[in-house]
Amino acid sequence: MHPTDFTLAGAVAALAEGAVSAEELTRAHVDAIEALNPRLNAFITTTPDQAIEAARASDAKRKRGEAGPLEGIPLAIKDLFCTEGVQTTAASRILGGFIPPYESTVTSNLKRDGAVFLGKANLDEFAMGSSNLTSAYGGVLNPWSRRNDTDARLVPGGSSGGSAAAVAARLALGATGTDTGGSIRQPAAFCGIAGIKPTYGRCSRFGIVAFASSLDQAGPFARTVEDCAILLRSMAGHDPKDSTSADRPVPDFAAACGRSVKGLRIGVPKEYRLDGTPPEIERLWRQGLDWLRDAGAEIVDISLPHTKYALPTYYIVAPAEASSNLARYDGVRFGLRVAEKNSDLRDLYERTREAGFGQEVRRRIMIGTYVLSAGYYDAYYLKAQKVRALIARDFTEAFGRVDAIVTPATPSAAFAEGENSDDPIKMYLNDVFTVTANLAGLPGLAVPAGLDPQGLPLGLQVIGRPFDEETVFSVGAAIERAAGFDAVPSMRAGA
Amino acid sequence: MSYTIEGTTGPWELVIGLEVHAQVVSNAKLFSGAATEFGAEPNSQVSFIDAGFPGMLPVINRECVAQAVRTGLGLNAKVNLWSRFDRKNYFYADLPQGYQISQYAHPIIGEGAVEIELSDGTTKTIGITRLHLEQDAGKSLHDQHPTKSFIDLNRSGVALMEIVSEPDMRSPEEAGAYLTKLRQILRYLGTCDGNMEEGSMRADVNVSVRKAGEGYRTRCEVKNVNSIRFVMQAVEAEARRQIEVWEGGGTVEQETRLFDTGRGITRSMRSKEDAHDYRYFPDPDLPPLVIAQSWVDELKAALPELPDQRRARYVRDYGITPYDAHVLTLEKETAAYYEAVAKGRDAKQAANWVMGDLFAAINRTKTSIANPPVSAADLGALLDLMADSTLSGKLAKEVFEVMVETGRAPGVIVEERGLRQVTDTGAIEAVIDEVLAKNADKVAEYRSGKDKLFGFFVGQTMKAMQGKGNPALVNEVLKKKLG
Repeated sequence: MHPTDFTLAGAVAALAEGAVSAEELTRAHVDAIEALNPRLNAFITTTPDQAIEAARASDAKRKRGEAGPLEGIPLAIKDLFCTEGVQTTAASRILGGFIPPYESTVTSNLKRDGAVFLGKANLDEFAMGSSNLTSAYGGVLNPWSRRNDTDARLVPGGSSGGSAAAVAARLALGATGTDTGGSIRQPAAFCGIAGIKPTYGRCSRFGIVAFASSLDQAGPFARTVEDCAILLRSMAGHDPKDSTSADRPVPDFAAACGRSVKGLRIGVPKEYRLDGTPPEIERLWRQGLDWLRDAGAEIVDISLPHTKYALPTYYIVAPAEASSNLARYDGVRFGLRVAEKNSDLRDLYERTREAGFGQEVRRRIMIGTYVLSAGYYDAYYLKAQKVRALIARDFTEAFGRVDAIVTPATPSAAFAEGENSDDPIKMYLNDVFTVTANLAGLPGLAVPAGLDPQGLPLGLQVIGRPFDEETVFSVGAAIERAAGFDAVPSMRAGA
Repeated sequence: MSYTIEGTTGPWELVIGLEVHAQVVSNAKLFSGAATEFGAEPNSQVSFIDAGFPGMLPVINRECVAQAVRTGLGLNAKVNLWSRFDRKNYFYADLPQGYQISQYAHPIIGEGAVEIELSDGTTKTIGITRLHLEQDAGKSLHDQHPTKSFIDLNRSGVALMEIVSEPDMRSPEEAGAYLTKLRQILRYLGTCDGNMEEGSMRADVNVSVRKAGEGYRTRCEVKNVNSIRFVMQAVEAEARRQIEVWEGGGTVEQETRLFDTGRGITRSMRSKEDAHDYRYFPDPDLPPLVIAQSWVDELKAALPELPDQRRARYVRDYGITPYDAHVLTLEKETAAYYEAVAKGRDAKQAANWVMGDLFAAINRTKTSIANPPVSAADLGALLDLMADSTLSGKLAKEVFEVMVETGRAPGVIVEERGLRQVTDTGAIEAVIDEVLAKNADKVAEYRSGKDKLFGFFVGQTMKAMQGKGNPALVNEVLKKKLG
């Protein structure tokens, strides 16, 4: 078996048995990146030498009997996480050349547990996008292709497109992502892998370049639900450096993957049946519910009445926070500076931000600035906050009757570059099933469950109660087992 | 008679409100662990949080919150157990995040009141609207380079309390008295050092004028005034300007102005139209600030004695006048000094010495009560030497001057210089006999009714004794001898 074909759990076991060394495992992934990244563009920065060195150190640690839970596991890190001494770009020109002198808490936690970092994964600029096409470093190619249109360049989804593509193409055993409106779950679904956005506060946001602070949450990608559970356990935990991080114990998520779903009540929200949803998505959803029923769960129809307001609410709250969070990129202290001789401060701001931010980022800064402006605040931002509270209440009420909610992860399979890009609203609709979990702060898992007629992967989403990732994992793992999803992308290491 | 300014159309009243920015005394900044010491090398006390680096997050400093609560309690104000931090968004080179974190909509402290003392002996209550916590910005230095501006972020993120008064003041004196009182309270509490020269306390002054019986007219805000004297000057200058505008048939526009201390006038900084739209919204990085009543109670129980309480105690326990009590409690250090001297001694005499000789010596030597030329213990010892008749009042003054010069204890000086007063009646009698013998003519004059000459004999005797004769004994013996 080629080392890049291991699951993460399988690699942990093989390393423990000595069947493979961390160096061999890492080298296989470094080689795979070297071979495929020129086409996939999944990484903005690769750090092969540091990775090999870290792998050797891992092997030495293991020899000393000091192996951590992720000892020697090669991962891709979304380039939104600050990594000490390694360029961090947020896929934006404005951070050009920025090398953080500090490490994000999530990546520190992964390093503490022995993980090896292969490089920094591509993403939509400042995590704003659903296609990875807003990256200043170019789009990422989805390793899957359409059966009847193999030339179409499909997007991996976004914003964590590089992370998802890297894991799907076997360039990494797992990856970190962040999810503000669906940025883990949508690309996971588009690339046929699993990904979870945990409960808001489960992972520290310290050292993650902020997009929308009240919505941003880090989470893992991997090729199995269990692998996601293993990664999340290392990533999560209370951090005194993040005032919104939750001070609660981190359970053994992987153990929850083996739990039976017998007797669980699974909610099916009627508002998620949208006009124009492709029939294969509808079919897959029904199929997923049947699998769960067969496994002993009870399927319950529920209503989340404010769902239709979720997308507009999201596109007020997220840009509002972003417009403020991105004010610090001003050319004064770090990153890009575009200055004319003898010009003033305002000119420095305008030139730097004009040159540094891409079109989508500028659009969101404009929207966010507008909705917070005097005279518009009440009608937009304040109203959105109220609706957000109602959306959260919908879930609280639903979770009085059910233990988890299952929906499609995305309204379509991966689309091609150029599709959806003429109209930002069309692009925003990609998040229609995922934004609600961010607005309500709930955990949401995407799990691959089948293929569309073009042979492209489709995912289902499991949403759970706050801090009940364990139920989410058990339901996700049950779907995974029933689906027996074993399709692989055409472009992958070892193929 | 209330204060007015006479215009061409008659008298005008003033309406004044103050927004005071007081730097919180704390070791670390409001949302980062960086130090706050004044005068450090530029950019040496800056964390990545203060510099607005990507991914950095604020974490509230508990001690800064405690200081705000203490201040609220000292201002007899309502403590809000639930408050919230908002972002005030604007671009400036010394504002690294592009926003200031401030409690805009929900301050930690609500309404309170401060009593001010005026020179005519009356008091007046000034309402406090609110007190909120916020972070300071950095400092822009425009005079270090011909074409560049330098930025010092040491102050960036330092905790400030913004204390907003009601528009209750009606004269420059009241504004000055309010600021004086506020500073006194903050210093007693130890929540702000009140050092206006170092910028740890600054005032924005809101001024409007009106005719008697009117409601409020448009106000202007004079920003960043950095001394009590300048606040009083700025109030008057701005009021006079507004009166001129109204009387010239114009309209005062709401705007932000600066006080030109050199020329004693205010200048327009920005008009209402240019006012920033700060786009306030709740900071999503910080959950609401929730504090427990039990914690507030603990802080309250541990509060130091405040100036008003201390003044009342001095009048009650020490029997000194309210005015003396006021002067002695103005500075916490003065009060501590006074109490050390007064304890177990004649409290009135102690007050006279502290307010008289000590204050004069401090002025003369350009020292301060915190670092006095004579320690409280030494002054107390001097008073003891008077109480046991070792020193006369006159000798004591002499000894005090030597203490100021040399910094030595009074007992040592008395011994070294032989300044001990003579209380031996025999010795005094001998000197007096000599004086009377030398001045037989004057003795005759005195005895024939020229009573005024008594002082002459006292003086001659004291002179002969180098001032060391006990005045009471000298008087007594002289009276006896002169018959």
